[in-house]
Amino acid sequence: MPPIRWHIVVFLAPAVLVYSAVMIFPLFNTLRLALYSEVDQTRIFVGMENFRTLFFDPIWSTQFWNALGNNLWFFVIHMLVQNPIGVALAAVLSHPRLRFAALYRSAIFIPTILSFVIVGFAWKLILSPIWGIAPTMLDAVGLKFLFAPWLGKEEYALTTLALISVWQFVGIPMMLIYAALLSIPEEILEAGEVDGITGTSAFWKIKLPLILPSIGIISILTFVGNFNAFDLIYAAQGALAGPDFSTDILGTFMYRTFFGFQLQLGDPHMGSAIAGGMFAIILIGVCIYLFGIQTRMRRYQL
Amino acid sequence: MINARGNRLNAAAMHGALIVYTLIALFPVFVILINSFKTRKSIFREPLALPDAESFSLIGYQTVFKQGDFFLYFQNSMIVTVASLFFILLFGAMAAFALAEYRFKGNTIMGLYLALGIMIPIRIGTVAILEMMVATGLVNTLWALILVYTAQGLPLAVFILSEFMRQVSDDLKNAARVDGLSEYAIFFQLVLPLVRPAMATVAVFNMIPIWNDLWFPLILAPAEETKTLTLGSQVFIGQFVTDWNAVLSALSMAILPVLVLYVIFSRQLIRGLTSGAVK
Repeated sequence: MPPIRWHIVVFLAPAVLVYSAVMIFPLFNTLRLALYSEVDQTRIFVGMENFRTLFFDPIWSTQFWNALGNNLWFFVIHMLVQNPIGVALAAVLSHPRLRFAALYRSAIFIPTILSFVIVGFAWKLILSPIWGIAPTMLDAVGLKFLFAPWLGKEEYALTTLALISVWQFVGIPMMLIYAALLSIPEEILEAGEVDGITGTSAFWKIKLPLILPSIGIISILTFVGNFNAFDLIYAAQGALAGPDFSTDILGTFMYRTFFGFQLQLGDPHMGSAIAGGMFAIILIGVCIYLFGIQTRMRRYQL
Repeated sequence: MINARGNRLNAAAMHGALIVYTLIALFPVFVILINSFKTRKSIFREPLALPDAESFSLIGYQTVFKQGDFFLYFQNSMIVTVASLFFILLFGAMAAFALAEYRFKGNTIMGLYLALGIMIPIRIGTVAILEMMVATGLVNTLWALILVYTAQGLPLAVFILSEFMRQVSDDLKNAARVDGLSEYAIFFQLVLPLVRPAMATVAVFNMIPIWNDLWFPLILAPAEETKTLTLGSQVFIGQFVTDWNAVLSALSMAILPVLVLYVIFSRQLIRGLTSGAVK
């Protein structure tokens, strides 16, 4: 048996210990806690009971499906609005003879570095009918009739928040796609030019297929980020995710359940069950990406 | 001729689109900042006007300084962010070096194990993390946050840094070994200085999410003396909701440090994002 090379152990130990103790162990412990419940201040094993309550008990299941549905819509808006805008901005920015590209890039990225608290409140103020910035500005372009207290209306609040989040994070797809576009070899584009493919058609026919892997990465990052979102909704609408839970997503639902709010006591076991649900959803998404999309996309890679 | 005019039109259209989007991106920040320096009356009467001699007022900032302990919050955020970054970089680089440099049984599995956390958010384990922090008495201490952010940042740090460490030339390391340097000396004196750009990338990636996080400060360290700037401004604004001067000033004070950090590190951040380190 070869001697143990202690330096390897010393190099690995701190990272592995912290990561295992603070991330992996609590993750599995949370999944385990989902199988317990508290009766008369003692923890008892109840198996899948919490999940049955979550999915089939009318009070819980309405809330759960509401949060899941809202979360899905939140994700759909990001995919349909944030990522296309990001790609479009990157396509324009990557134009070889564009001046001030670095300046635009840095400016457009600024919202991404702000905290959700700032973003949530700033937009709340701007959209507030009391302050009146939004109605005044719409009035200036003759569209005042479009104004409504968007964050206060059940039918608009979630979409508005999703768009605010899009505003905040559009910088990330922009940067990643920009990098991917710059890495396309010049020869390929020149070869296209010889065949008469330039401008917009060069984008659709040559560049877009080549940046598909980056779009895949952005989609999965968006997916994981959205299904684990919490801060913006909490900052703008509070833990109750109003009006009438219309902006409740899985993150706020889990927070309310496990931490408690107003008169309802916190229930760590039901909270864990919701966390288990979120874990399953994220895992499914990541697996679909890794095995379904990424492996198939390799073919286009250079 | 037609081509030249077409090009010019094209360029104008591109600048037009970019300017419009830049305005959309900066407008809310701009409105908050200018109004924080105005009297209550002019905030409502002329929300889009710049503060002038008549409308200038610092009343909001006075409230913020009197009522909220923003200096303490700022200090807490600073300690948490810097300490977490230090541990992420130190522990991450050590582990990355072990994975990149040595062949040993379980190397690949260890790499995969550490990479798991790149895709799985640490928030899923919050219930058990809180229970653990309560049991160890770390709840409402900055250590709770530092530990959580270190664990959260390690997976990506190990992944990025080990990619870079594989590129350090073997000849260099072997020459050092011949000269009698220990493995520790090789790591600290030879390899670490060479991967400094990658360390900077990892640092800027982690800096912003840690500074801006609301979830863990809210759950693990909500006490007055451990509030971070993000949580502190959230709570402050919640209490002063009707005092527009105070709210706008608090927002501006939360924006300022991040903007300063961004101006200092933006080149590093953008280089990191566009160097393909995330792929």
